[in-house]
Amino acid sequence: MLGLNKKDTGLLIIVAILTLLAPFILNPFPEGSAMAQFNAGYPDLMQRFVIFGIFAIGFNILFGLTGYLSFGHAAFLGVGSYSAVWMFKLLSYNILPAIALSVVVAGLFSLLIGFVSLRRSGIYFSILTLAFAQMSFALAYSVLSNPKFNLTNGETGLQVYADDPQILQGANAPDLPHLFGLPMRATYTMDVGAWSFDFNAGYYLCAVVLMVVFYLSIRIFRSPFGMMLRAVKSNQQRMNYTGLNSKPYTLAAFVISGMYAGLAGGLMAAMDPLAGAERMQWTASGEVVLMTILGGTGTLIGPVLGAGFIKYFENIFSKINDNVLHSWFAFLPDGLEDAVVFVIHPFIGKGWHLTLGILFMLVVIYLPGGLVEGGQRLLNRFKRKKSNTDDATSGKTEPAE
Amino acid sequence: MTNKSVTRRGVLKSGAVAGTGLALPTIFTASSAAAFTNEPTGASVTLGFNVPQTGPYAEEGNDELLAQQLAVEHLNGEGDGGCLNTFTSKALQGNGILGKKVEFVTGDTQTKSDAARASAKSMIEKDGAIMINGGSSSGVAVAVQGLCQEAGVIFMAGLTHANDTTGKDKKANGFRHFFNAYMSGAALAPVLAAEMGKERRAYHLTADYNWGWTQEESIVASTEALGWETVNTVKTPLASTDFSSYIAPVLNSGADVLVLNHYGGNMVNSLTNAIQFGLLDKVANGKDFKIVVPLYSELMAAGAGENIKGVLGSMNWNWQLQDEGTKAFVKSFGEKYGKPPSNSAQTCYAQVLLYADACERAGTFNPCGIVEALEDFEFDGLGNGPTWYRGADHQCFKDVLVVRGNENPTNEYDTLEIVEITPRAQVEYDPEHPMFAGGELGKCNPGA
Amino acid sequence: MDAILLQILNGLDKGSAYALIALGLTLIFGTLGVVNFAHGALFMIGAFCAVTLQKLLNLSFETVDESQKDFLGNPLKVETPYVEAWFGPEVGATIIDWSVPLAILFAIPIMLLVGYVMERGLIKHFYKRPHADQILVTFGLAIVLQEIVKYFFGANPIQTPPPDALSGSVDLGIMVGFDPNAIIYPIWRLVYFGFAVGIIGAVFSFLQFTTFGMVVRAGMADRETVGLLGINIDRRFTIMFGIAAAVAGLAGVMYGPLNPPNYHMGMDFLVLSFVVVVVGGMGSLPGAVLAGFLLGILESFASTTWATTTIPGINQIIIYLVAIIVLLTRPRGLMGRKGVMEE
Repeated sequence: MLGLNKKDTGLLIIVAILTLLAPFILNPFPEGSAMAQFNAGYPDLMQRFVIFGIFAIGFNILFGLTGYLSFGHAAFLGVGSYSAVWMFKLLSYNILPAIALSVVVAGLFSLLIGFVSLRRSGIYFSILTLAFAQMSFALAYSVLSNPKFNLTNGETGLQVYADDPQILQGANAPDLPHLFGLPMRATYTMDVGAWSFDFNAGYYLCAVVLMVVFYLSIRIFRSPFGMMLRAVKSNQQRMNYTGLNSKPYTLAAFVISGMYAGLAGGLMAAMDPLAGAERMQWTASGEVVLMTILGGTGTLIGPVLGAGFIKYFENIFSKINDNVLHSWFAFLPDGLEDAVVFVIHPFIGKGWHLTLGILFMLVVIYLPGGLVEGGQRLLNRFKRKKSNTDDATSGKTEPAE
Repeated sequence: MTNKSVTRRGVLKSGAVAGTGLALPTIFTASSAAAFTNEPTGASVTLGFNVPQTGPYAEEGNDELLAQQLAVEHLNGEGDGGCLNTFTSKALQGNGILGKKVEFVTGDTQTKSDAARASAKSMIEKDGAIMINGGSSSGVAVAVQGLCQEAGVIFMAGLTHANDTTGKDKKANGFRHFFNAYMSGAALAPVLAAEMGKERRAYHLTADYNWGWTQEESIVASTEALGWETVNTVKTPLASTDFSSYIAPVLNSGADVLVLNHYGGNMVNSLTNAIQFGLLDKVANGKDFKIVVPLYSELMAAGAGENIKGVLGSMNWNWQLQDEGTKAFVKSFGEKYGKPPSNSAQTCYAQVLLYADACERAGTFNPCGIVEALEDFEFDGLGNGPTWYRGADHQCFKDVLVVRGNENPTNEYDTLEIVEITPRAQVEYDPEHPMFAGGELGKCNPGA
Repeated sequence: MDAILLQILNGLDKGSAYALIALGLTLIFGTLGVVNFAHGALFMIGAFCAVTLQKLLNLSFETVDESQKDFLGNPLKVETPYVEAWFGPEVGATIIDWSVPLAILFAIPIMLLVGYVMERGLIKHFYKRPHADQILVTFGLAIVLQEIVKYFFGANPIQTPPPDALSGSVDLGIMVGFDPNAIIYPIWRLVYFGFAVGIIGAVFSFLQFTTFGMVVRAGMADRETVGLLGINIDRRFTIMFGIAAAVAGLAGVMYGPLNPPNYHMGMDFLVLSFVVVVVGGMGSLPGAVLAGFLLGILESFASTTWATTTIPGINQIIIYLVAIIVLLTRPRGLMGRKGVMEE
């Protein structure tokens, strides 16, 4: 289907099902139950899952295929967000021109930075990208927001003001980001019994975009171009000796992943029309690196999983406080309840960084291939068991994966 | 620790029973069944407390959180009632808000606009929070205020000192109890003139972002009006951890006062560096060299330790005030947590009470009703004497404190001493003042 | 002229911290080939060794003083440090006063141990793994260490003042013939610079003049051959990791009086120290030191009013600008050997 082999089609379908049914999948616990704290199916977080998924998919095209570890990709996301908000300010709240511009600007910006940075490889490349991104962040945070020339609105973040021109904004158009009149914030809430599911227009827009870019990334992975990028990763020197100039390929990969980042930035602004400078900081660049490695570098689905993993912790674990803990363990006798809460306390709420750090280490130590490897191991174990029972019944053996 | 009843779960459980089966779908857009965003339908109402829990301001956030929990207890009639007994408005009965039990959810702003908005959104979208309270920086306050305006919930700002929060970024759904940079300047200037004379030459070091700029602008304006001269204003990057290269040239610049427009970790380090360079022991232009830190907080004072001795600054509130509201709050906070509250804690506490009181007086949780009840509301008994929530820009006006680092602290909490309580009239300004011009309040948005 | 001298002093001082951290990073990278993102955290732990010692020395017993009141109006509890009770008020107070220099003795064994445990317990398993995995695992470790410190000490900075005798400032200008007040410089900053030079000298002489150091240098140049000669190079590298941790830790101990330690101070230095290492040349110890001081000085000059009015924002980007220029024109860094890690 669509020029994909059977396995990839399967993967794409799985991703499509997962994203389209996310409002159900992420809200498995009835509202009001003690476990509802772990529900993640509210619009903002679902949007974040998908947007950071797109960001990580793009990053993986560069890092997973060519092995070039960029530490400055957040700059492209930030530039994308800024251009989108500028389109809101100048034209209208319609998100199409905003997202289009954010992709284009991020593409140009990454072309510039990529052209310079790709003159070096290895850790030098990483430091170069880091340096460019940190410079962008520092300038966006202060210099580019001085009253005379306010490009970024600094610390507060770029946002739309009532006195902005918005020349194409129709009289009846919603006063918040929309797609031809459909506001991104529009949410349809379905109550089924004790459960409640949110279907959000913005989320589904992001989900569709995710499927498209996921499909594109599969095509890139399977194309001769992708093959060439892998060749860069395995041995660039040998490739150069055969007379091939690898630079155009790596630059193309860099720009493509920069455009993915710009797209993610544009979508972020479209979901919430404010662009903060912190999205360009090195910690944000580091975050996408972590997402990709955590999920599984070079795998198709891994980065999306990694993105979901980190954003889940950031948004769900940080909100568990002692009160919530006490309500969970209310069934225990008082002394024991306090003891349990005391033990868990450092890991939740304001301690969510600690939990995340420990999990990073555990994943890297025990699952070098990231979450995808974990999934495969589970699957294999399951299959082996199944094939064992198959052996017993039919005597057939299946080839190992 | 047996306050496990303070959760929304039990209540939601009972509420959920009513909604069994396929209830009518609702759409949270322009036309919908609910009258306003997150209209509480059960027996409880959920407030959202959005404070920094990670990052450099985590301690301040923690203090705010403690105060907000205390406020919820008092609203629900637990504890000693705190300021409910001293508040001039007697609408609150200690039985929750409008008969509904008050519950709360917490989130982490990380002191980043993006993260703060994400956390506020999750409280609004997931937990059904009807108002957002707290925060520890102006960037965050402006970002979250914008979000609450769009989403149709009330925002009470927490610690935010930049003029813009109720200036060019003011919003109808947002209120600020804290004072601002202009008021710092207006309160500090006369004290500075009295203590240091009218012929002083000031050197400003300013954190290079929005809040720093507005504070510098305010202090420069108010000190120059007194006859001071401004020698230089230098912007320091927010990420700076060491200010030696900014402090070193000060002594040779011809200045005799150093104004540190820094906050938090920046202020702790820049003040420590300034003391290292011995500025306070020097004589310049025939006068003793002085340092001014226009915005103080207790936690910064603790972090700066001995270095703040004798250094002047301003504050929104201090636990050493002697009015009834302050005494009641300090007593219940101190007895519960074993330390006096900080001024950001007091702000967050007062805001929760004011919000609840506005609901009671308006008879509704509808943000528009609350805005109406809070606009031009005058009251007393929450600390700082008679207080006015101005309708024109949603800025709160009350007495401002000028404080000084205590030379002889008797314990770890009285590191600051109150020099003067500047009366409210002296720090008031026109809503159209140039430092606050631009931007519109807009109309209250009930969402839904 | 005096302004220039002042900024050079500032630069050397900033550079001291950069150089010490980068030196440790380079030692680890050069010996073990590991990119250690937890190195900033080691610096931070060092600073908190001083905080801990200060707290230990200040451990007190309480006596109730009925004549004074605390903030709630209850009788004030007066705290007397045990040290003062044991050694008499004067000696006790002096010990507390000198807690930061004393913390050096306290920190050395702790940092060596931390380094040893880190290498044996975690880093050892990552020699053969890609740099990306090393970065991730050490970054995770850095977060964990930092959060543990935050749990016990809070997020607020904690003052660790220098001894009274070494606090305050001296007028260096008068000594060389400038007007009074022209070059005022804090004593502790001069101490810090001297200390950094001492540590750097010690590390270099250790590598240069001891057999142990010679073997380590040989191992850095060609690990396999040294291994084939029957020398247990791994053990020595582990010890070098401990030493690198100790260098970072000592840099942290002495840094406390300059700027009060807080739990995230390591992260503030992390990115910067990597830039320093790369500018100096990967694997080059003298390069790391030189680049540390050089970048410190450049940063100081970039923050002068003259520089920021000429190029707005230069003080925010100077380090990165230098890194970009160096990497594009001289990829092996200032003192990297030709051919090592080049391209």
